[in-house]
Amino acid sequence: MRITCPLCGERDRREFYYYGDAVYADRPAESAAPEAWDAYLHLRDNPAGETRDLWYHEMGCSAWIEVTRNTVTHAILSTRLVADRGEGGQKPRAKGKKA
Amino acid sequence: MRIAGRGLVDRGASVGFRFDGREHVGFAGDTLASALLAGGTRLLGRSFKYHRPRGVMTAGSEEPNALVTVGQGAASIPNVRATMQEIFPGLDAKSQNRWPSLGFDAMQVNDLLSPFFSAGFYYKTFMWPRAFWERLYEPAIRRAAGLGALSGKHNEDAYEKAFAFCDLLVIGSGPAGLMAALTAARAGADVILAEEDARMGGRLLAETEEVGGKPGHAWASEVLAELGAMANVRLMTRTTVTGAYDGGTFGALERVGLHLANAPADLPRECFWRIVARRAILASGAHERQIAFPMNDRPGIMTAGAVRAYLNRWGVAAGRRVAIFGNNDDAHRTARDLVSAGVEVAALIDVRDDAPQPAGYRLIAGGQVTGTRGRLGLREITVATSSGEERIEVDCLAVSGGWNPALHLACHMNGRPAWDETIAAFVPKPGMVPGLTACGAAAGTMTTAAALAEGRRAAEAALSDLGVAAKAVDLPQAENGGTRIRAFWEVTEGKGRAWLDFANDVTTKDVRLAAQENYRSVEHMKRYTTQGMAPDQGKNSNIAALAVLADATGRGIPETGTTTFRPPYVPVSIAAMGAGGQGAGFAPQRYTTSHAASAERGAPMIEAGLWYRPSYFPRPGETTWREACDREVMAVRQSVGVCDVSTLGKIDIQGKDAARFLDLVYTNTFSSLPVGRVRYGLMLREDGLVLDDGTTARLGDDHYLTTTTTAAAGLVMRHLEFVHQAHCPDWDVRMISVTEHWAQFAIAGPKARDLLNSMLLAPLDDGAFPFMGCGEIEIRGVPARLFRISFSGEAGYEIAVPARFGEGLFRDLVARAESMGGAAYGMEALNVLRIEKGFITHAEIHGRTTAFDIGLQGMVSKKKDCIGKAASERPGLSGAQREQLVGLRPVQPAKGFGAGSHLFNKDAKAVSANDQGYVTSVCWSPTLKTHLGLAFLKDGRARHGETVRLVDHLRGTDILCEVVNPVFFDPEGGRARG
Repeated sequence: MRITCPLCGERDRREFYYYGDAVYADRPAESAAPEAWDAYLHLRDNPAGETRDLWYHEMGCSAWIEVTRNTVTHAILSTRLVADRGEGGQKPRAKGKKA
Repeated sequence: MRIAGRGLVDRGASVGFRFDGREHVGFAGDTLASALLAGGTRLLGRSFKYHRPRGVMTAGSEEPNALVTVGQGAASIPNVRATMQEIFPGLDAKSQNRWPSLGFDAMQVNDLLSPFFSAGFYYKTFMWPRAFWERLYEPAIRRAAGLGALSGKHNEDAYEKAFAFCDLLVIGSGPAGLMAALTAARAGADVILAEEDARMGGRLLAETEEVGGKPGHAWASEVLAELGAMANVRLMTRTTVTGAYDGGTFGALERVGLHLANAPADLPRECFWRIVARRAILASGAHERQIAFPMNDRPGIMTAGAVRAYLNRWGVAAGRRVAIFGNNDDAHRTARDLVSAGVEVAALIDVRDDAPQPAGYRLIAGGQVTGTRGRLGLREITVATSSGEERIEVDCLAVSGGWNPALHLACHMNGRPAWDETIAAFVPKPGMVPGLTACGAAAGTMTTAAALAEGRRAAEAALSDLGVAAKAVDLPQAENGGTRIRAFWEVTEGKGRAWLDFANDVTTKDVRLAAQENYRSVEHMKRYTTQGMAPDQGKNSNIAALAVLADATGRGIPETGTTTFRPPYVPVSIAAMGAGGQGAGFAPQRYTTSHAASAERGAPMIEAGLWYRPSYFPRPGETTWREACDREVMAVRQSVGVCDVSTLGKIDIQGKDAARFLDLVYTNTFSSLPVGRVRYGLMLREDGLVLDDGTTARLGDDHYLTTTTTAAAGLVMRHLEFVHQAHCPDWDVRMISVTEHWAQFAIAGPKARDLLNSMLLAPLDDGAFPFMGCGEIEIRGVPARLFRISFSGEAGYEIAVPARFGEGLFRDLVARAESMGGAAYGMEALNVLRIEKGFITHAEIHGRTTAFDIGLQGMVSKKKDCIGKAASERPGLSGAQREQLVGLRPVQPAKGFGAGSHLFNKDAKAVSANDQGYVTSVCWSPTLKTHLGLAFLKDGRARHGETVRLVDHLRGTDILCEVVNPVFFDPEGGRARG
């Protein structure tokens, strides 16, 4: 499996640490309702198809990356920096294109 | 028997080798199989279940019968295909699965008992009595079954793994593969051409046909010479591509030193490659299949293509009088080649009534082979035609049931192939593995001219995908005759078993029985009968077995479908896949700068994560670790001790928002920490449980140094980066691990300051370095950082110097400590010192404890948000029902106990329903002259003074303990401040 780090380019997946669903990057406000915190901490989809998850380029540049991939075909559809998710952030970068 | 003037072996280079202890001679270029066949050896092994005599059936890695053990002792390798093993001077090979000898095998009695050993035999037979399975049946079956055995000894040989990258990976070097590689290479693409054989050329080496007006092998040599001279081409012989994986990654096994006499010890035997290719072309050719006819497994019965390969490539006639049995035109090619080489062809039996009329050999059209004879090798076949039965004396029968594309790799990502009626075989569908295209025989294209054209076309398409301009490459002239086939799988006349899977001894009867017992799905049939498992992986037998199952279940072959193809395509030794991971290579080893100095003092090392840390420093006369540990503890309590603490994670955090950032990741506040001071901090996970703890020093307004526990250093780094990048990417803060940049030593004890002062130009000023102070100093000319912190409860410092000065400083510190009555101390003493003080480690913050549980709820600031704060306020994470950190003192001080013991009310029964908590850390305290423990106890803080029962069912402990404050020693903390 190959993952395109937006900073380093396409790399072997052994360079990355897998975390889990990208929902985890969307932290609720401190004052959010318990239900919002419960959903944030515990509730995850398990799709057959497209999913977004978090990978950390631990053996590379230390970037946290949001990877959109297909759990059925294993195709990596796009990747972008977690830091770029916010408003005005860069668009997802297509697989295979080096930064 | 060698045929003069035939073959590509080097007749000038004789090579001596041994098989089953006897000397044989072959030529350079021979495989073990070709050399033995040349010498007339037909019997090479015994079958898996029935111990049937078996000989060579194929000329490639798909060989199911001729499996041998090569080498001796720990270096021996079982189940080597004789068809792939090149001979070399001194090669020592042995047959397998026979006792006492290959010619007389005691276990051949199994063959007589074969009516009892049908599919599902074990499931049906060894049902009762139940207890006999593990003790009697399974051991007995394991002894009787199987092929070669491992030596059971440690393998000392070198293996390697490696990565390679290319634009185009071409798998297979027959006409299609060579043409594809040439087309891509001339266009300038980076090409890897991988071939599992020792010599490139594929089927061109085994046929007599011409390519470009010259012998096929000569054309191949010219192409290879051109490719070999190009810098953008890597030719990899003896390299089997074993699997196709996600993202254009392929596994490949290279046999590096397995064909060499006296290979250097450091030369790997095999190398496991991971090849990352932007595009790939599968030109792996095809496997010829057998026909299931009665007693079709005797030595001397081979595939027709193999008989031709032995003749044309190795100059070996597989028999003196050969018959051919087939259902297609290709079988006739074998007859023609044999006749032209002067080998007697007794007859060609073609199941088709309209078989092409031959020249120079006898054709029995519309005939079938219905039986064979010959105990240790084929002697006679029985042929049935519409006009009657005939017996023909032969010592070799060449069988051709058609060719199956070797499409395995194309199916490795779960793609299902399509049925092609014209060749009666499955062919790959486009796109089954992204970026991989099959061509030539692997795609079902069975003529040389078409294979050449397809190879070029596939390479041009790949070049176009890669954005590389193709250059014109001429196609050489080649044979383009179509081949006709009549699908024919099984002879139903005649008596005796008809084998499908030779390696697993699966017959047509087994498959029919499976269908009859309702194992009608192909996957169920496979598992019930073992058809296509283990060495075969469906290469020889899959399609024929499917056809028999389809017939038995009244379905067509396409509806019956294939089993799932999975990597690896050929067996891969674990040693190659795990190369470098044996023994000390299993995990990286991290050494501190004081490692050598500690080892010189005889300190045993214990692992902390990947680090190696000294356990204790034994002195002459000390016979147990406890003696050393107790002495080291007392040295710290009474004079001074020195300990390497460099393994703690150190994270340098800088930026205008560094303070704000630390306030977010820690429960307590760091923005209020003055420069030059250190504060203890507690970090939570987002779910409210404790992640880690440690001290953070403020080195400047925008500059902090955070320490983590040794084991959690990587985890905390990852966490900090996540919080920054996900939650506050616009904050001005950057962090980097400096763990290995600084060597850091704890100097602890009443004489700690004296020791330091003895090394400094000016004595330390308590004003500049109060308790929890930090700053820069110079020690013996080296700039250092000094932190006045203590993990022992004594007055103490930690001093950090650039790592290159670590060893020298450690030696100096220890020598000075010893001259003052102190000592170096190791992990054992460090642990005792911290338990006496009730300091926690990951034994306590083990992922299930909250700040409340460890009594640090006051550290969760009410004034600000922090990671984990919201979740830590959930009901259930605090309160009397929680197990809380307490100290334990046994009522009888000399009674020791272990971590993991459980706590119960004094008079309660020791069962889980009554569980009150558990012990996390224990020690003997030489300071307090008693055993001590840290534990989590329900509502523990309210129960100080109570007596509880401590039970350890595993170690047989059952004692009473007093619940006390976890800070056993100096609870006011005066010693550390003093």
